[in-house]
Amino acid sequence: MLKEYLPILILLIFAFVFAFGILLLSHFVGPRKYSDVKGEPYESGIKPFMDARVRFSVKFYIIAVLFIIFDVEIVFLYPWVVVYKEIVSQGIFIFIEMIVFVVILLIGYFYLWKRGAFEWE
Amino acid sequence: MVDLIIELVIIILKIGIVIGAVMMGVAYMTLAERRLSGFIQDRLGPNRAGPQGLLQPFADGIKLFFKEDFIPDSAEKLLFFIAPGMIFVPALCVIAVIPFGDSLNIFGREIQLRIADVNIGILYIFAIASLGVYGIVLGGWSANNKYTLFGSLRSVAQMISYELALGLSVMGVLMITGSLRLTEVVEVQRSYFFGFIPHWNIFLQPVAFIIFITAAFAETNRLPFDLVEAEQELVGGYHTEYNSMKWGLYFLSEYANVITASAVITTLFFGGWHLPWIEKIPMPQILLELLQIGSFVLKTAFFSIFFIWVRWTFPRFKYNQLMSLGWKVFLPIAILNVLVTGLFYAIFS
Amino acid sequence: MEFILFYIFGFIAVVSALLIILQKNPIYSAVFLILTLFSVAILFLLLNAQFVAAVQVLVYAGAIMTLFLFAIMLLNIKYEEKAFSKLANLKITGIFVTFVLFIEFMYMIFLRKGLGIAGNISPEKVAEVGNVELIGKILFTKYLFPFEVASLVLLVAMVGVIVLAKKKF
Repeated sequence: MLKEYLPILILLIFAFVFAFGILLLSHFVGPRKYSDVKGEPYESGIKPFMDARVRFSVKFYIIAVLFIIFDVEIVFLYPWVVVYKEIVSQGIFIFIEMIVFVVILLIGYFYLWKRGAFEWE
Repeated sequence: MVDLIIELVIIILKIGIVIGAVMMGVAYMTLAERRLSGFIQDRLGPNRAGPQGLLQPFADGIKLFFKEDFIPDSAEKLLFFIAPGMIFVPALCVIAVIPFGDSLNIFGREIQLRIADVNIGILYIFAIASLGVYGIVLGGWSANNKYTLFGSLRSVAQMISYELALGLSVMGVLMITGSLRLTEVVEVQRSYFFGFIPHWNIFLQPVAFIIFITAAFAETNRLPFDLVEAEQELVGGYHTEYNSMKWGLYFLSEYANVITASAVITTLFFGGWHLPWIEKIPMPQILLELLQIGSFVLKTAFFSIFFIWVRWTFPRFKYNQLMSLGWKVFLPIAILNVLVTGLFYAIFS
Repeated sequence: MEFILFYIFGFIAVVSALLIILQKNPIYSAVFLILTLFSVAILFLLLNAQFVAAVQVLVYAGAIMTLFLFAIMLLNIKYEEKAFSKLANLKITGIFVTFVLFIEFMYMIFLRKGLGIAGNISPEKVAEVGNVELIGKILFTKYLFPFEVASLVLLVAMVGVIVLAKKKF
């Protein structure tokens, strides 16, 4: 079983070495000329004002939390679809199980819709 | 022991060939992008470096490599430096489980034409691809620039929203296959309907295909969903402050992701390396294998070109349109698609 | 081979877990938390739990950490650093709680109490049938009730998001 993942491990190590190797090499190869103006953050040529550590819309958090919730739902679906064809031939019960699961979640989904969680102005 | 070493050499060779192919694909996709854009807009595009500009990608690469590696004063230095690596590593690793051919028989040794064949197959792709978000969010944040911050925030919100649609749309395909293993996904597609129409999943799951390919555009931040770097609003998006090879890695990852997405679309919906009707023609085994690898490469190339083509066909969405398309249209349709497919099997079994 | 990998990734997991709490800047803590979660996923792989490993990366390292990063990006880091440095007496509580947890774990590991019972599925069978298939078969027959309850938990979470985030949109 480990053997299947050995190539992935090698690839992972290779990718790490490649990515950071090329970053470091290019870091040392390039020229270096510093000036104060160059070090400023880019603001379309205007003098930068305010820090970029600003607060942003709560929508982004809502999206992130909802993503976790639906991601977990999808994770439950994977084992279901894999065994579905085999088990459904013995009885329709497995289909009803998932319908119940999905309907409960759809109630939540439509509640979110109604409360405008997906609106983005 | 000798056997183990040979195994290792084969693994490393396969990794070398696949990564080499992806990198070459990336290099020539950048050229194709610019030349094709030129063609569509009735202008020339880069054609000076080498015949028809064929050496342009290398010229660009060398230029990027020798540029000054500059880090802005206000940036979070270390994080700013490693963030491009954090997007590049997953972008390279995702391709590992995609089968690009059946198996070659060289010197009495059966070589499976895929880097790894794992039980969790498609789940591996989603899991590793979801790690790509960090390169963007940390890169955008660490640059300490308002454009990059909002570019990365938009990008992440967009990617996670469409990841749901992406994950749900493959469920129908997986249900047909009864396994997450991508080799089996291809194996199932090798039979025929009525003896002549290839059993490709596109014919069984057209809705899933449309959702998947649209979500793939959003995942790779390509037009019409490139809100992340909408030039008029955010200059260059999350990589505004990046330069030299650090920017180069973002650029490479973007194209590597497009190629991977094309390869996944090919595998899931268009039979992978399966070349229809060819098995019936007598020919040596090795030629058949090469033709099948060729068909996989061609299909992948087609979808990669399709990504470029769409760029000049559709205007950019607005951000609220993008979000409501993902959450209000694709998500329910994808769930419905899974249930309808399930109902179909429940009735016909 | 397996042992070497176990020690390598166990070491990475422990060291990066330590680095999470030793960092001053919370965003670096988050980066190390991602690394910890990823190493733990590889430890799951070594235990032959492929599905759990993939879910660990997909949900924890992929989804939950995104939210963590969003939350950290909202913080005013300079202010937080000052605020946290005043909480010195929390350290004593922290050390005490960690110590109790440590004793508990040692008790369970060495006396083998409170551990799960070994199932009748061997690694060979997992390799033969497939990890996800086995989970699916057992989840939708024997553990059906917990599965359905999970959907209720998710429903509560959805309502919770709205209640927490905003009274009215």
